[in-house]
Amino acid sequence: LVEMIRVIRSARTQGEERGIIQKECADIRAQFRQGDNGERSHSLAKLLYVHMLGYPAHFGQMECVRLIASPRYSEKRIGYLGAMMLLDEKQDASLLITNSIKNDLSHSSQYVQSLALCTLACMGSAEMCRDLAPEIERLLRASNCYIKKKATLCAVHIIRKVPELAELFTPSARSLLSEKNHGVLHGAVVLITELCEHNPDTLDQFRKAVPELVQIMKGLVTSSYSPEHNVAGISDPFLQVRILRLLRILGHNNDTASDAMNDLLAQVATNTDSSKTAGSAVLYETVLTIMDINSESGLRVLAVNILGRFLLNNDRNIRYISMTSLQKIVQTDHNAVQRHRGTIVDCLKDQDTSVKRRALELSLALVSAVNIRSMMKELLIFLSTCPPELRSQTTSGIFNVAERYSPSKRWHIDTILHVLTTAGGDVRDETVPNLIQLITTASELHCYTVHKLYRALVKEISQQPLVQVACWCIGEYGDLLLKGECEEIEPVQVTEDDVLDALETVLQSHMSSPATRGFALTATMKLSTRITDNVDRIRSIVSIYGSCIDLELQQRAVEYNALFKKYDHMRAAVLERMPVMGKNSPGHTNGDTSGENKEPDPSKPKPVEAGLLSEPASQVCDLLDLLGGTDTPLQPNPAPTSTPTTTSSTDLLDLLGGLDVQLQMKAPSGNVIPAHGLGQVTQTVVLNNPNKASLPCLFLCSCLSH
Amino acid sequence: MIWKTRLAKWYMQFDDDEKQKLIEEVHAVVTVRDAKHTNFVEFRNFKIIYRRYAGLYFCICVDVTDNNLAYLEAIHNFVEVLNEYFHNVCELDLVFNFYKVYTVVDEMFLAGEIRETSQTKVLKQLLMLQSLE
Repeated sequence: LVEMIRVIRSARTQGEERGIIQKECADIRAQFRQGDNGERSHSLAKLLYVHMLGYPAHFGQMECVRLIASPRYSEKRIGYLGAMMLLDEKQDASLLITNSIKNDLSHSSQYVQSLALCTLACMGSAEMCRDLAPEIERLLRASNCYIKKKATLCAVHIIRKVPELAELFTPSARSLLSEKNHGVLHGAVVLITELCEHNPDTLDQFRKAVPELVQIMKGLVTSSYSPEHNVAGISDPFLQVRILRLLRILGHNNDTASDAMNDLLAQVATNTDSSKTAGSAVLYETVLTIMDINSESGLRVLAVNILGRFLLNNDRNIRYISMTSLQKIVQTDHNAVQRHRGTIVDCLKDQDTSVKRRALELSLALVSAVNIRSMMKELLIFLSTCPPELRSQTTSGIFNVAERYSPSKRWHIDTILHVLTTAGGDVRDETVPNLIQLITTASELHCYTVHKLYRALVKEISQQPLVQVACWCIGEYGDLLLKGECEEIEPVQVTEDDVLDALETVLQSHMSSPATRGFALTATMKLSTRITDNVDRIRSIVSIYGSCIDLELQQRAVEYNALFKKYDHMRAAVLERMPVMGKNSPGHTNGDTSGENKEPDPSKPKPVEAGLLSEPASQVCDLLDLLGGTDTPLQPNPAPTSTPTTTSSTDLLDLLGGLDVQLQMKAPSGNVIPAHGLGQVTQTVVLNNPNKASLPCLFLCSCLSH
Repeated sequence: MIWKTRLAKWYMQFDDDEKQKLIEEVHAVVTVRDAKHTNFVEFRNFKIIYRRYAGLYFCICVDVTDNNLAYLEAIHNFVEVLNEYFHNVCELDLVFNFYKVYTVVDEMFLAGEIRETSQTKVLKQLLMLQSLE
């Protein structure tokens, strides 16, 4: 065997190795056929080595069966090892060894028994388990410690495979708790844990064992002398951890059990030395238990403090698991966790990504109205340096908390802008419409916003969401931009040419996506009513794009062109300021939200940009584009559209002039209008009539493309 | 770098090619981490606790509800036993005596759980077993 291994290792290439292996396998096969007993076990050992390297070894399975049946210990051992490695439930050969296992379980030598137990516990199929369960149960009760240890864990495996057999083991499991041998005790606790997890009735039964378990734990914690099981000064931390876990399950949702454990848990928590990993393991399990049972609040505070101490630990592992648990309790024990906020925020700077992720989740959960400003500073710093896989999570988290707790609209807008400049590529799609909606509601900040956005646009145009929002704002509030003065920001003189230059750069840049270009073109068009000198320039831009390759742009350009030529008289009305948009209003209620948000300018006519020109099909007005882009923030209206009626060419504006109603445009049913009048897109308009004014008519119209 | 499996013990049912694939995935996840990472990795819907000793990675794959630190200690316990048993163990010991290593594993872990934690007891048993050969 040794020789073979040496030869294989000396192979220098994969091909050479394969050749050697093949030769060896052929030899082994011949060996098996010969049936020479002496050499069999060595051949199988060789085969197992080959198997470990990743080569197929199915032909060895029958050999395993034969070797297991042999009376000699060494052969049995290799046979069982082979069985564990090569056989699994799906192979038929595994059934053949059931009988051998059965015999070996009653063998006189405990070592043979243990081999059989081991194999059964490792790869026993449901069939085998059912057959052999009574044997295992017998061994649980009447044998020496060595066997009992293995038998208990074997029983665990059986229960996992065949849950119905659990009742078989319940009585013996209980009596095993009185064993002194740590190994047996450990196995017993695992077995009981498994039984309880499977069956709630058993759980009730074992609750009575809580005092006993508490006793055992006390013994472990106080008696510092047990050199065999000592790990770094803690006596048998593994057993302690398991008992704590069982106590957790037993005490969950049960007051009597929890009360019985309270003292013990406090004792363990205070007395365990956590300078080494072993102690920390025990403390960690204690904390988990305290959190999960009905413990008194003093105990809970103690637990959170332990977790806080962990956070300051130098060992990264401990920091990581502490944050994992804090995550679970941050909802219920919010204040206690808040005390450790500083440390958590520091962990954002750790070098391990998983630690960073935990710190991020925790930090986001800890943001409140009180600490929003300082937390946001930290989060923004984090965003600029965080690894790429965490960026989108960070941006959405930042947006969420900003929405819930922002102290002022200006701060909110600033924050969003900052995020867009730093990580614009990783934000979610609905950020753009959300931001636009937010801007429209902050009417006093329109001037400030548009100035800021303009400056950002001029600096760089690679971040698509930012560019889109900037274009939209410039289009809407271009007049404020050109006025040049603004209270909250230093005034900079911006000429019409500058603005048009900026928009044109966006239009022409290869970095702009088609959607962005759409935004830019529409903005340019809207400016035609807000500026005075350069309308011709706009006209020429628009007509250039009339022959653009991109279908969407071309369509818009052509329509805008038509707006210039044929419908110039309506241009002003069509391109007017948009109203405050309601957010996420599913179906109705813009009437309500307009009450909450400040109406931007009561002097502006309320019915807006409907431009419902229901002209015959040859006309060109496309409602979709008049809203400034396909990304409208309005929600799709699930209500069915009523039969489209076309009126005469009067504008809806006139019809509703003077009525206190509001028009709400719903997102169109499609984004793309097929060419050549092949299809139609329905644009729904809902008329909100909060004051129940009488309406001359109510209609919905459909747009047909040219 | 070529990575070789020196020992693979499975406590759940997998096909051979599934096993191969899992081994490769674990390799890929664990070997790119260095000292500034934690010893825990999330893997599919389990987690891997691992520890590096010289050129060997010892990995245990456990449920997400298990106690990370306890298994970290278990790995160290296991390595200390190996050290004692092979008298200052080195990688070649594990290669040439791979079937003995499996015996050690079976003494300390069974059915996917920790079985015996006392190093002295395990070593005593191992010596007994060896005398039977």
